[in-house]
Amino acid sequence: MMSEGSSFMKGMILGGIFCLVMSFFETFNSGTHSEGHEHLHHHLKPVSKDELEKLSESQMSDWTLQVRVYCLIMVTPKLLVHWATANDTWSKHCDKSVFYTSESSKALEAVDLQEQDEWARLRKAIKHAYENAGDLRWFFVARPTTFAIIENLKYLVLDKDPSQPFYIGHTEKSGELDYVEYDSGIVLSYEAMRRLIGMFKDEDRCPERGHALWKTPEEKQLATCLKYSGVFAENGEDAQGKGLFNKKSVSSLISDNMGQNPADAVEACCSDMAITFAGMSPSQMQVLMYGVYRLRPYGHDFHDSLTFLPPKDSDND
Amino acid sequence: MYDLSNGGICCVLVLLIHQKRALWVTKLVPIKGSLSVSKLNSNILIVKNRRAALDLSQKVRVLCWVMTQPQHLKSRTQHIRATWGKRCNIVLYMSSEASDFPTVGLNVLEGRSQLYWKTIRAFQHIHMHHLDDADWFLKADDDTFVVLENLRYGLSKHNTEEPLYFGRRFTPFVAQGYMSGGAGYVLSKEALRRFVKGFADGLCTHNTEIEDIGLGKCMETMKVQLGDSRDVLGRQTFHPYPPNNYLPRQLPRPRPWYLLYEHYHPVEGPGCCSDLAISFHYIDAVQMHTLEYYTYHLRPYGYKYRFNPGERSENRNNN
Repeated sequence: MMSEGSSFMKGMILGGIFCLVMSFFETFNSGTHSEGHEHLHHHLKPVSKDELEKLSESQMSDWTLQVRVYCLIMVTPKLLVHWATANDTWSKHCDKSVFYTSESSKALEAVDLQEQDEWARLRKAIKHAYENAGDLRWFFVARPTTFAIIENLKYLVLDKDPSQPFYIGHTEKSGELDYVEYDSGIVLSYEAMRRLIGMFKDEDRCPERGHALWKTPEEKQLATCLKYSGVFAENGEDAQGKGLFNKKSVSSLISDNMGQNPADAVEACCSDMAITFAGMSPSQMQVLMYGVYRLRPYGHDFHDSLTFLPPKDSDND
Repeated sequence: MYDLSNGGICCVLVLLIHQKRALWVTKLVPIKGSLSVSKLNSNILIVKNRRAALDLSQKVRVLCWVMTQPQHLKSRTQHIRATWGKRCNIVLYMSSEASDFPTVGLNVLEGRSQLYWKTIRAFQHIHMHHLDDADWFLKADDDTFVVLENLRYGLSKHNTEEPLYFGRRFTPFVAQGYMSGGAGYVLSKEALRRFVKGFADGLCTHNTEIEDIGLGKCMETMKVQLGDSRDVLGRQTFHPYPPNNYLPRQLPRPRPWYLLYEHYHPVEGPGCCSDLAISFHYIDAVQMHTLEYYTYHLRPYGYKYRFNPGERSENRNNN
């Protein structure tokens, strides 16, 4: 009896060692996946309508609270008109919006970071936002030349847990690095922010000021620091796979799609639940504000599972 | 040996299953309470209830005629056909020549000087062939963008047997005023009858090349009333220029040239325009599709609109 048992045990141990060796081999090959990488998908989609409908009212209100957004808008006095436009339009729909500037302007309020270097400025802003987040758990970083529809951002991250690392936007590839394009806006969860700020202390892998002759754009520096802390870029898209973050203007995208079949220009262009557009003039942004929050055909009713109220003291939405 | 291999296989299996589970867990989106996300489609935000709009399209039938010409069919008119044209109960593309577009040939020449002739012939054609096919008759240019649902909503409270016409009211040139041609104007059935009768009886003549002024003068002669197309908050619905002429905020200033003809006191900035706007003009092909996208596609999920006419409280600050 004992000898049979011990044979069995020997078999177990051998098999176990075999499997351990195999799994080490695997992680060695995968390379980019480090520990902390809880989710494999690089395409991030919103929760489906069916799932939403199944949820209870209390879960709905939990999610509505959880999904509040802190907007960091990175401005400079050179972009004063766009700054004023962002201030007057989409930023009012953030639960908290803070403008971070390189130097102060008499015309508009902002947190003056007194920093000319874009990457250093972004780091300071991120630290400031994290410290002042209160109970907000989602962060959206943009320049004032971007227009964001915050309600659709909330819809995208509605069922995602901000205590997990999320780094979302329009992703591009630079060699081995997947990064989120700055112009179309960057979404970070609370956990991603926390890890990022932890990484800021690492002067080797995430330096504040690089010593290279050429400057790496801050969007790539951000991606690198995040990658070292186990946070990877994900492309935000709708259920049909259409990108929700756009680095071009609406007219540009429509114009691009007019070529083959003009009748399909709208269908091919952009998602109904688009989150961002960039490269628009201030007056185009005012028109977009009207187009998003006001202009609509009478009688088309949507019974959305969530309700977002209009902001106080605003007359253009 | 048998036991050894058994043990080995058992262990390998146990470990493989453990690995697989780890993979499954990572595919689910980790959130509080662990709700697995359905991978199926159905994230299309379908319009759940278009009843109101559908009912209106049967109760308030609109015939649209678009003033166009052969050279514009590809550069302009096809974009109307691809966007709002199909929302009319009947749409007629009026040109100097008939074609497979399809266009109706009006037996006139082309050119700015012929515009009023086109209008006269168009309405005569409609009166002869389509009088009973619709309740209201809209004229638009081939660079006008129209939101039919909002037009029907605006017209629903009015009686088409009364002599009425609606649009963007201008003051000069005609004593009672007239409606801007570019912004589009709409005639009641009775107004259409009177317009055609006016020409038949010689009370109205081709006395100008400017079609909106000409039609306005004939309306005055035939005792057709100008309606007020503004919404309940006094905001305009018909617009003779694109939205970026009106929406950007301005400091108080004397009227810019494009607001000089206005009958009602013009408002610049967000108060210019109704949420339920009916038309914009000088809209090129790209803008046509852009407005289509803004009106019928792009929207903020879950947003509770401030302006809800037809609901009990029409108060803007009801949050």
